[in-house]
Amino acid sequence: MAHALATAPVGGRTWQADPVLRVDHVSMRFGGLVAVRDLSFEAGRGEITALIGPNGAGKTTVFNCITGFYKPTQGMLTLTHADGDRYLLERMPDFKISAKAKVARTFQNIRLFSGMTLLENLLVAQHNRLMAASGWSILGILGVPSFHQAEKAAIDRARYWLDKTGLTTRADDPAGDLPYGAQRRLEIARAMCTQPELLCLDEPAAGLNPRESAELNALLLSIRETEKTSILLIEHDMSVVMEISDHVVVLEYGVKISDGAPAEVKADPRVIAAYLGVDDEEVGKVEETLDEIAEEAQA
Amino acid sequence: MSATMEGPLLQVRGVKTYYGKIIALKGVDVDVKRGEIVTLIGANGAGKSTLMMTICGSPQAREGSITFEGRDITRMPTHEIARLRIAQSPEGRRIFPRMTVLENLQMGAALDKLAYFDQDVERVFTLFPRLKERIGQRGGTLSGGEQQMLAIARALMTRPKLLMLDEPSLGLAPLIVKQIFEAIDELNRTEGLTVFLVEQNAYHALRLAHRGYVMVNGLITMSGTGRELLEKPEIRAAYLEGGRH
Amino acid sequence: MSAPSRATAGSDIGAAVKDALLAGVIALGLFGPLVGLRTEQNMRNEVVLELHWVTVAVIVGIVVVGRFLLRTVIWPALADRKLRDRPAAGEPGALRQTVGRFLPPAGLVFLIVYPALMLSLFGLQGSLKWVDNFGIQILIYVMLGWGLNIVVGLAGLLDLGYVAFYAVGAYAYALLATHFGLSFWLLLPLAGILAALWGIILGFPVLRLRGDYLAIVTLAFGEIIRLVLINFRELTNGSAGISSIPKVTLFGLYSFDVSAPNNFAKSFGLPMSGTHYKIFLYYLILALALLTAFVTIRLRRLPIGRAWEALREDEIACRSLGINTTITKLTAFAIGAMFGGFAGSFFAARQGFVSPESFIFMESAIIVAIVVLGGMGSLIGVAVAAVAMIGGSEMLRELTFLKAVFGNDFNPDQFRMLIFGLAMVSIMIWRPRGFVSARQPTVFLTERRAISGSLVKEGHG
Repeated sequence: MAHALATAPVGGRTWQADPVLRVDHVSMRFGGLVAVRDLSFEAGRGEITALIGPNGAGKTTVFNCITGFYKPTQGMLTLTHADGDRYLLERMPDFKISAKAKVARTFQNIRLFSGMTLLENLLVAQHNRLMAASGWSILGILGVPSFHQAEKAAIDRARYWLDKTGLTTRADDPAGDLPYGAQRRLEIARAMCTQPELLCLDEPAAGLNPRESAELNALLLSIRETEKTSILLIEHDMSVVMEISDHVVVLEYGVKISDGAPAEVKADPRVIAAYLGVDDEEVGKVEETLDEIAEEAQA
Repeated sequence: MSATMEGPLLQVRGVKTYYGKIIALKGVDVDVKRGEIVTLIGANGAGKSTLMMTICGSPQAREGSITFEGRDITRMPTHEIARLRIAQSPEGRRIFPRMTVLENLQMGAALDKLAYFDQDVERVFTLFPRLKERIGQRGGTLSGGEQQMLAIARALMTRPKLLMLDEPSLGLAPLIVKQIFEAIDELNRTEGLTVFLVEQNAYHALRLAHRGYVMVNGLITMSGTGRELLEKPEIRAAYLEGGRH
Repeated sequence: MSAPSRATAGSDIGAAVKDALLAGVIALGLFGPLVGLRTEQNMRNEVVLELHWVTVAVIVGIVVVGRFLLRTVIWPALADRKLRDRPAAGEPGALRQTVGRFLPPAGLVFLIVYPALMLSLFGLQGSLKWVDNFGIQILIYVMLGWGLNIVVGLAGLLDLGYVAFYAVGAYAYALLATHFGLSFWLLLPLAGILAALWGIILGFPVLRLRGDYLAIVTLAFGEIIRLVLINFRELTNGSAGISSIPKVTLFGLYSFDVSAPNNFAKSFGLPMSGTHYKIFLYYLILALALLTAFVTIRLRRLPIGRAWEALREDEIACRSLGINTTITKLTAFAIGAMFGGFAGSFFAARQGFVSPESFIFMESAIIVAIVVLGGMGSLIGVAVAAVAMIGGSEMLRELTFLKAVFGNDFNPDQFRMLIFGLAMVSIMIWRPRGFVSARQPTVFLTERRAISGSLVKEGHG
């Protein structure tokens, strides 16, 4: 903790001015195992915050605490909407965190409804709104027109996200038939259909090739710009983390070891030792070597 | 490693694989020679994992032939193929979630080489010290990246003649990815381990591999040494650069 | 056995012969003592040993030849089919689609004219069996299958105690009608509501459980209801059951009681016969079953139905999307139970008598089997499965012709369940995902395409 405070200048940081999410002294124990220890950080509104760290550092555990799949042993998780509404996430059941606090998430090992079409996947995400429109199914069975309007609006929103993720042509195919990268995009589209305030992405670039990663970057940036949705992401692909995030938090063995702007974190010797393994950033090195090869080839 | 005399260890010829009506592999030829590291790169959905699963007999190839050490394994059931010492770290990890880390490794251990068990376990623990810390923990409680390490470790426990890795770097921290690739390289150099590697991380894979194949839509479109492929502008454009400038 | 190898035919045959002989030896070891030796009492009350070596020889012969054929013909053919399987299936697929499109309306027309058809074929008394034993009996199970399909097929919750709700509906009608003389048309919705209530009461403690545990607890619940019905004598009259349950009236206008002044047959000057009532019941259960189908079809296209199916696919993902999975599961349970209750009160009215005997676990098992056999979630599949299972097992009652083959001591009833079980095993081998395994999407952007059953999950509670 002391170290983190030393590297991150106190006050004046964008994410501290108006945090969408505040994690306050959160700890999570499983029996004797301490997965997360006294973790505090903020995620700024309208920013992309990256949570990085070695495998097993507790990143996904933090996500599960935020989205209500785990209840933290200690600590407080506060989500603040743009209109000032506050939600204490550790006191809410998981489905309410999504429905009321408007936190959406994706999963590390993709969890789509594989036997349902893409469109159906995106409509399930709009369940609560449609449920109300269908008069909790009673009016829906009778087939009232107001429900059809609501459903049309839901399909339009689904189509908007299919367009944005480049999946429109496959709208009527089962989700399980999509290639891996497309499944990852669909999961993001599905999460966005809940119209979240905070979008939590667990390794969205895992299994993507560099080109797909770049497309992902563009998608995430556009979500931040046009939808004004704040993003919290776990990622190992440094080309994603360093390029698009406004703020990086580093965990190791459940403890925060660094917190700051990407450039600061990248230069932090503790992060290099624990995580990156080299002084240089992975991406930079790839490009250098590629250039080297190209030069050799020309010579 | 010097090349072999008696032909490739693994030979894939004209293999076509279908999922129901959909053709996934449209006639694939691949050779893996003894002591080689061969990588297969390509976009998501190109059929890379399908080729790996077809070699393991699940699904079986509908046409073409697959030979391993000169034996036809095209129609062999998967468990018999595994007995020939072809080990796979499959897509999606597939560890045993209710078994401990050690038990998972025991499941992988070569039955006729149990004498080496302790030695083999030590070897994978040197490779993944993280697993040693978690030795008594159930597989399902590991983090995603740790499960990935366990899947690779379990495959190594079989003392394979051919090690097939499907995206070993998936979900792993950069430092670990580096360690895994170094470890593969070292096992190859010191023990002559033959490796067939599917990777999204094309840059790493091509640097490591002796030879590489590029797969597009169920067909091999290009092959060559790792270095050759790295130099090809079309490869760089498609798989290495992110279109980011 | 290993997959068919590409070795020469000669060695293949040799291996098959060896394999068949081995099977023969095993069969001899098994059936020799079991069938070949039989102890009988002779006139002097002494035990004598009878030898049936011919029967044993026939059985062993069947095993040897069967095993040989299995090795040389059937398995290679199956493996070949598996390998070749579907690239050429484009044409039959189109055929299947046409069949799929015309089957429901054609089936509906058939169901509507069925009693008239039977009347014209077998006359007023002769048609009774066909309308009652086949028509009504099958339709009850179609309705139960469709009701349970909501719980098992759509929401993926394995409920092995569905018969409990059937019982609640039946007893609700039987008790309220005999004690308070309330009409069927009032009690039908009431029985449904009561059953739904029981569904919710059961659901609350149980829905935290998943998969096997859910199945076991629902099974126990079914048994508890039956035992309560047996032991709560003051209310239910125990195992003796409740008799003289009033018949259904034609909306109170006409009665089917022989003594009633507004008797249906009398009023229309028709000959007196029980068949009129049965035909009326037939149309009643047809209407109830169609109501179940209509509601299911509608619900599937509503957010609740999609949420059920999503729940079957992945419960955690559902929760991450803000779906209250407890409420969603409870609605599935309650609506499924409600249709079970409807069917139950119909059952009580039709039989005129209910006792705990009718609500044993076997009933639940048959209903689950219908849903699984039909293909989870498919209405057509479930209907076909109900016809096959119930109609089939009724047909097997007519096995008397077998006496001509096996002699007069042959009791076909003993073999009914055996044949039935064999048929089920073969169907599950032939179609492991049920008759209709493909899933129809509930909504589409450009084109509705069926989803292969291999992608659709079965749910784990």
